[in-house]
Amino acid sequence: MSGLPLHRRAGFRLSFRYLLAALLVIVFCFPVYWLFIISFKTPDEIFAFPPVWYPASLQFGNYWVLFKDGDAGTVWNSLVLASVSTFFAMILGTVAAYSLVRFKTGGENLAVWIISQRMMPPVAIVFPLFLLYVYFGWVDTYFGLIILYTAFSLPYVIWMMRGYIEDIPLELEESALIDGCSRWEVLWKVVLPMARSGLFATAVFTFIFAWNDFLFALVLTRTEVTTYTVQVTHYFGGQSNFWAKIAAMSVLGTIPVFITVAIMQRYLVRGISMGAVKG
Amino acid sequence: MSDLKISNLHKHYGGFHAVKGIDLDVPSGEFTVLVGPSGCGKSTLLRCIAGLEETSQGTIEIGGRDVTYARPRDRDIAMVFQNYALYPYLSVKENIAFGLRARKFAEAEIEKRVSRAAEMLAIGHLLQRFPRELSGGQRQRVAIGRAIVRDAILYLFDEPLSNLDAQLRDDMRVEIKRLHNELGRTMIYVTHDQIEAMTLADRIVLLRDGLIEQQGAPLDLFERPKTRFVAGFLGSPKMNFVDATATRTGVKLADGTTLDLPGQKGLKAGAAVVLGLRPQFITVAGKTVAKGHARVPAVIELLQPTGSRVQATLPLGGASIVAELAAHDVSKPGEKIHIDLDLTRAVVMDPQSGQVI
Repeated sequence: MSGLPLHRRAGFRLSFRYLLAALLVIVFCFPVYWLFIISFKTPDEIFAFPPVWYPASLQFGNYWVLFKDGDAGTVWNSLVLASVSTFFAMILGTVAAYSLVRFKTGGENLAVWIISQRMMPPVAIVFPLFLLYVYFGWVDTYFGLIILYTAFSLPYVIWMMRGYIEDIPLELEESALIDGCSRWEVLWKVVLPMARSGLFATAVFTFIFAWNDFLFALVLTRTEVTTYTVQVTHYFGGQSNFWAKIAAMSVLGTIPVFITVAIMQRYLVRGISMGAVKG
Repeated sequence: MSDLKISNLHKHYGGFHAVKGIDLDVPSGEFTVLVGPSGCGKSTLLRCIAGLEETSQGTIEIGGRDVTYARPRDRDIAMVFQNYALYPYLSVKENIAFGLRARKFAEAEIEKRVSRAAEMLAIGHLLQRFPRELSGGQRQRVAIGRAIVRDAILYLFDEPLSNLDAQLRDDMRVEIKRLHNELGRTMIYVTHDQIEAMTLADRIVLLRDGLIEQQGAPLDLFERPKTRFVAGFLGSPKMNFVDATATRTGVKLADGTTLDLPGQKGLKAGAAVVLGLRPQFITVAGKTVAKGHARVPAVIELLQPTGSRVQATLPLGGASIVAELAAHDVSKPGEKIHIDLDLTRAVVMDPQSGQVI
């Protein structure tokens, strides 16, 4: 038995927890900080030993050069590709999921078949796709990548939305049908508001999948719609790596996701836990 | 004119035959209650009327129009669901206005109708709240408000009170009955609760295994059941059933007691029958035996007081029956008393077919 009074022990336990939490925060945030700080360093500071924890002056030139050369435009490309494909994948996927849930379209097994498409390794199809895209003239076009990302996200969207839609009480929809709504109106006025958290959570993940894609963008783009993930690799040279550029580009590429998640955080937590309970 | 006419309606779910050929005619303004044990097809029948289930065979007419294949929204009906079916993301006001907005009513008209419905249901002060901020009873009122705000020919209720506690259920029952009197609309009400059915209905339609067992005014079914099932389903406590043998003028019980049944015709002497006696039609013996009554001795086995009445379990003719007596007429188990059976209200049934003779 400890000789300490109860409230003292509780106090120790609490401060230990805070200490542990602080340590974890540092461990997880340090790489982000390091990336961020490198993007403002001079080449000398980057390679200095012992490391420079914070630079003497902030080198905004690392960013300036990205904008001057037009490299920063690849972030815009990523943004367009990820948002537009997420938009279409959400619309098509939600409607498809509704059909699967309410009309038992394709029986019991269609949904499983759809998600199985997601399990295929992308590298298995990327070269056949490349040949196909060359034939259609879709290589290095927004259209080509948007179609691909949309198609690739669909199974995930359908699978997730199916779970959320199943949670909506049927009575709500039946009541709307009797009150004068068509099926499309039911979808718009009842299903979407009811599944809102799930809808946002799914959209965020779909966006991030497309945002982070490297393989498809690498093979299917040249110069016009290069994404930022591909652009970063251009700074790894044969002789030397442009660490400042790599870091600055990575920071630019992180900001949109950061903003998206910050805005959607409320829905993300609810959406994810909803899915967790439902399984 | 009839607002609802159903002819030879069948509903199959895969191999399951849920509704097996129902004919029903509901006159304008009537409060019809579909009642029966679970699985009797009452909810399925209601959902077919609403258009939420496709019918397998037969026709449905609402307001003189064949709607068998019409979509729910084209049937001119309003419905109150068991679980309220309120939209959690809309305020009470918008919940009530939902159907009117879906049908593109003008804003002024919506405003007028919502406030009138809210006034009728005494929920005017709740209009800006959201469903999660309401109690069960208030939610049910809003759900009813959603239905009555519409100008439908037919109002459907699918076990609307079964989620409420006993006290609220009694209050809401009164409320619904009052609404029906005020609105004078045709209402179809599904319940498994025979007390709800008895108290609310102009007409009870008692269903069993996908067929109508008997329909008519509540008292009619209560006093003149056509089958043992109807006799046993309606009334609380349940009707007593005692095995007996038919005589020329009545029945003979297992212990040899003979009872003359006035006005009972068609009995075949010597045939096995079941005598049905409601607990309410048994009284403690008074000074004289009334006409058509029989006096028998009995020993009280068990007493269950319910306030002004007491349910006494006692033996009769080899069976154990329940009598609902005045609370102060009996005192304790083991007491020897005489009881009078009102045989003018007794029913005799065929034990095989269950038909009342």
